[in-house]
Amino acid sequence: MMNTNTADVIIIGAGAIGSAAAYYLTKKGISVIVLEKSDYIGNGGSSRNGGGVRQSGRDPRELPLAMYGVRNLWPSLSDELGMDVEYCQEGNLRLGKTEEHLKILRGLTASCNAGGLDMRMVDAKEAREICPYLSDEVVGAGWCPTDGHANPMLVTLAYYRAARRNGARFITGVRALEIRKVRGRAREVVTDNGVYEGDTIMLIAGYDSRVIAQGLGFDIPMSPFLMEVVVTEDAPPMFRQMLGTAMADFYGHQSAHGSFVFGGSSGYEAYCASEGTPTSRSITASSVCRAVLGYFPALSRTKIVRTWAGWIDECADHVPVIGRADEAPGLVFGCAFSGHGFGISPVVGTLLAELAAGEATTLDISAFDYDRFKAKI
Amino acid sequence: MSGVCDRARDLGVFQSASDDGRIICRCEEITKGEIRRAVHDGMFNLHEVRRFLRCGMGLCQGQTCGKLVRAIIARELNISAAELDDATARAPMRPLEMEIFGREAPGI
Repeated sequence: MMNTNTADVIIIGAGAIGSAAAYYLTKKGISVIVLEKSDYIGNGGSSRNGGGVRQSGRDPRELPLAMYGVRNLWPSLSDELGMDVEYCQEGNLRLGKTEEHLKILRGLTASCNAGGLDMRMVDAKEAREICPYLSDEVVGAGWCPTDGHANPMLVTLAYYRAARRNGARFITGVRALEIRKVRGRAREVVTDNGVYEGDTIMLIAGYDSRVIAQGLGFDIPMSPFLMEVVVTEDAPPMFRQMLGTAMADFYGHQSAHGSFVFGGSSGYEAYCASEGTPTSRSITASSVCRAVLGYFPALSRTKIVRTWAGWIDECADHVPVIGRADEAPGLVFGCAFSGHGFGISPVVGTLLAELAAGEATTLDISAFDYDRFKAKI
Repeated sequence: MSGVCDRARDLGVFQSASDDGRIICRCEEITKGEIRRAVHDGMFNLHEVRRFLRCGMGLCQGQTCGKLVRAIIARELNISAAELDDATARAPMRPLEMEIFGREAPGI
């Protein structure tokens, strides 16, 4: 066990991506300290997301990352980390009830095909063959057979557990206040519990990344955005696909355990208090239930056992900021994931570890530059 | 545990105990041994153990086993159970059917 506050890399944020980066760094023999402001590992978006391992519906800039992860990292992740992370690759159905919905789904399918993803439209009959519990109102769907889902809490904790075993030092209950330069390089992380020092500083702290980076003159245009989910009691296995709708009324899946996890909204998400503990609001769970039952009437007697909420670090252009900061050598960004971070967490962790090791990245990440935000005029 | 917690803390070698097979979380059938092993795997509080093992995530949402799990974690870490936060209570307080939860007004 190290006794100093110095390591090759200091990671701010012990979420799925911070823990994944720590894991891949320790595999390369690089020493890591991970600082987490919460008392719990993965207490932000990493334990508060729908668990989708989805390529379909991604922005064209993000699609190559998602496809690389699904081809190369997700299938072997449970073996790699030594525990079952409940990865289930049984496809994604995006449902439509009207001609207007099908038009949206066709557009989405065309855009995914342009990026090289195998996705196609299916008619009502084929959609029901894939998932027999659909409402009769469903007239068609977008179908991506290689999409899937996994358990985000297990993925995060599996990366943490494996990185910790490899010697990464995780400290919870430590709040990073600012990053300081030494001789022109980002080197010190000032916290409420002393100063930590590294050759590379990774900022993977969700929305807090914006506040911390502002001290160095960077301002990433993102806002906290509330997301809410309902979880049911365990039910017999009904379907294994990830589900969504053309209108994004809800999304979700049935977990390995048997409970359904459904995310949705009330329409007032942009008007929430945007600080502190994310709170489930009385209006939303009810709205999610109605949305789900509109597509899956068979679930009407299934019981909700809990609800929860989380913050999304929503970026102005809905794709993340990943990469080095030219004006602060040594600083690496991994933030603004806009609610799609979990599905690409293994690949982003891999890329961040490559950056810190001074290696060429496996995939081109120039589209995620922090410097891409220009004024409108 | 509120405050700074270094997860590199050495808990020593895991020692099996004769009552490791005892079921603590009845809803999810999680044993005492599984909870003790999770602590040795770095899960140092009720939140992480819940997310790791599902204990307290079933029908009763931990109302039955919450205190027991907390005590087992505290003992493994050699701290007082009072130092560990409780799990977060979440709505609804009793399981509620979706068609009822989704009802906005009588008759709808």
